[in-house]
Amino acid sequence: MFAIRNIGTKTFRLCRNLAQKNVANLSTSTDTINRSLYNFSDEEIQLKETVGRLAREKIEPKVREMEQQGDVLPEIRQLMFDNGLMGIEIPGKYGGTESSFFSSILVVEELGKVDGSISVMCDIQNTLINTLLMQLGSDYLKDKYLPRLATDMIGSFCLSESSSGSDAFAMRTSASKNGDYYTINGNKLWISNSKHAGVFFVMANVNPSLGYKGITCFVVDRDTPGLTIGKNEDKLGLLASSTCAVHFDDVKVHEKNILGKIGQGYKYAISILNEGRIGIGAQMIGLAQGCFDKTIAYTRERQQFGQRIFDFQGMQHQISHVATQLEAARLLVYNAARLKEAGKPFIKEAAMAKYFASEVACQTTSKCIDWMGGVGYTKDYPIEKYYRDCKVGTIYEGTSNIQLNTIAKLIDADDNFY
Amino acid sequence: MSLRILVGCKRAIDYAVKIQVKSDLSGVVTEGVKHALNPFDEIAMEEAVRLKEKKLANEVIAVSCGPAQSQDVLRTALALGADKAFHVEVPAKEYETLQPIHVSKILAKLAEQEKVDLIILGKQAIDDDCNQTGQMTAAVLNWPQATFASKLQLKDKEATCEREIDGGLETISIKLPAVVTADLRLNTPRYATLPNIMKAKKKPLKKFSPKDLGVDITPRQEIVKVCEPPKRQGGGKVASTEELVERIKKLGVN
Repeated sequence: MFAIRNIGTKTFRLCRNLAQKNVANLSTSTDTINRSLYNFSDEEIQLKETVGRLAREKIEPKVREMEQQGDVLPEIRQLMFDNGLMGIEIPGKYGGTESSFFSSILVVEELGKVDGSISVMCDIQNTLINTLLMQLGSDYLKDKYLPRLATDMIGSFCLSESSSGSDAFAMRTSASKNGDYYTINGNKLWISNSKHAGVFFVMANVNPSLGYKGITCFVVDRDTPGLTIGKNEDKLGLLASSTCAVHFDDVKVHEKNILGKIGQGYKYAISILNEGRIGIGAQMIGLAQGCFDKTIAYTRERQQFGQRIFDFQGMQHQISHVATQLEAARLLVYNAARLKEAGKPFIKEAAMAKYFASEVACQTTSKCIDWMGGVGYTKDYPIEKYYRDCKVGTIYEGTSNIQLNTIAKLIDADDNFY
Repeated sequence: MSLRILVGCKRAIDYAVKIQVKSDLSGVVTEGVKHALNPFDEIAMEEAVRLKEKKLANEVIAVSCGPAQSQDVLRTALALGADKAFHVEVPAKEYETLQPIHVSKILAKLAEQEKVDLIILGKQAIDDDCNQTGQMTAAVLNWPQATFASKLQLKDKEATCEREIDGGLETISIKLPAVVTADLRLNTPRYATLPNIMKAKKKPLKKFSPKDLGVDITPRQEIVKVCEPPKRQGGGKVASTEELVERIKKLGVN
């Protein structure tokens, strides 16, 4: 009986040793390659560190002032252009940085740690405007606008209207053909970057009888007669980011300013927003992380009842929970970005990333105010600003409900469930 | 006048990091700790790039001595405007005992090989605070030196340098080729722009070993102990000036 027991133990030990040896072999063959999502190329590391430094040293001191003024300071706008932050994927021959989509994501995240308004300005320019132009623009449009977008011109994306937000295709802005010109009439609402934009990418319908299949994308210069910028919305947060109405009264645009093909605008809008929402995800994780870092520093200093408030178990549990959510959100964003770069399907992952990151940012910032106590509620500390700034994350570039619809559609279309 | 400038770039622990001493008191913890280009070397790099922009120099070469990771600061230097970079590879174990005397010989050899007209170094590294490499390099080459430079002007083959010294400011004039070490107020370094970071990839980076340059890096010093400074004791409070004087007298200070 004992003999059998010994055989059993010996076998078990043998198997365990073999398993350990196998694992050891596995790890030595892969340990030189970091396959985690925190695997950045040398350029990505340099870009991330440089922008992080720039944001902390040059932008952060001006954040309150910009919020109070309700506008990005001209010198900060200039700084963004001078350092190549507004043309991250634009090729060098147009004066751009000639880097990758993931680099844009890292830049937007680093900026988000410091100011959500600056981050969104950078995100819209890089992930919506520049990408649309590079993917769809004729040589004429690329040569004319890419150098400007890389060096001194801000772009705005005009899709939403007062009666068409989530239901974007119900837009009423029309474009009627007159020879080789189109005349655009309508009113766009909620247009970010509009106060200082030099060029507008306007979605207008050339043939309403075709429904959404008439939607076309027009590239319109700011100084085109008939284009007026309306009032800047008085918002809860992102106050330094302009959100104006843009009015089109008989705005004449030459047909060579059509981006891509006539009637394909709806496709372009959907496709660009699929990518752009990874950028919003990056902005949200940046905001959440910036807020979290400042708050944790405080909890490690502040004492009550003879100990740091970080030392209370209740606090530690809350903090760990939030930190875990934030880590998960970041991994969703990074993974969606890497999938897109690799040319793999990424729409479901991008929707998940934006949805989760924006919800997590709201939870994180709310908790941070709790942890800061009274000072978290005052404007003397930067925390309450993060709380207000991130709220729009669950709304713009596709509301959370729309993201959930998208995810469900893709789950339903997946043939792997049986 | 088109000068060739050599700039020393040391990879040192980032200034913002909280330094921790190793438990065996043999040194400070460097594994996994954030490193960066030595701030004074950044200032040196900035000065060299400005001279190139003023068309007084036509080539800036960045040099770093150290393990493989030293290439990070060389890439930073290339992004800031250096034309090419030299990495003198010193394995990690030997790097622990690499001293300014060795580095100065390496820099001197490279300066001679590359026919350099001006060497700009940071006045000291923020990890060892030696403040020796610039001075030693000038001595090895038998070149004039201007250390703690807070202003540098070049004309023909002469450099006029304002130095920050204990007594105030001293202005000297030295003939090139020369060694200048950068002090804090020489300039405010730029940020590497993102396009320049990307372009730096294409710039040449050449590797050497100290042996290639005929420099013996056998250590001449032995680190006996590295420990934290004693914890600062709080002061005391006194009620009046008279009491203050009494207390000072008791401490034996006149």
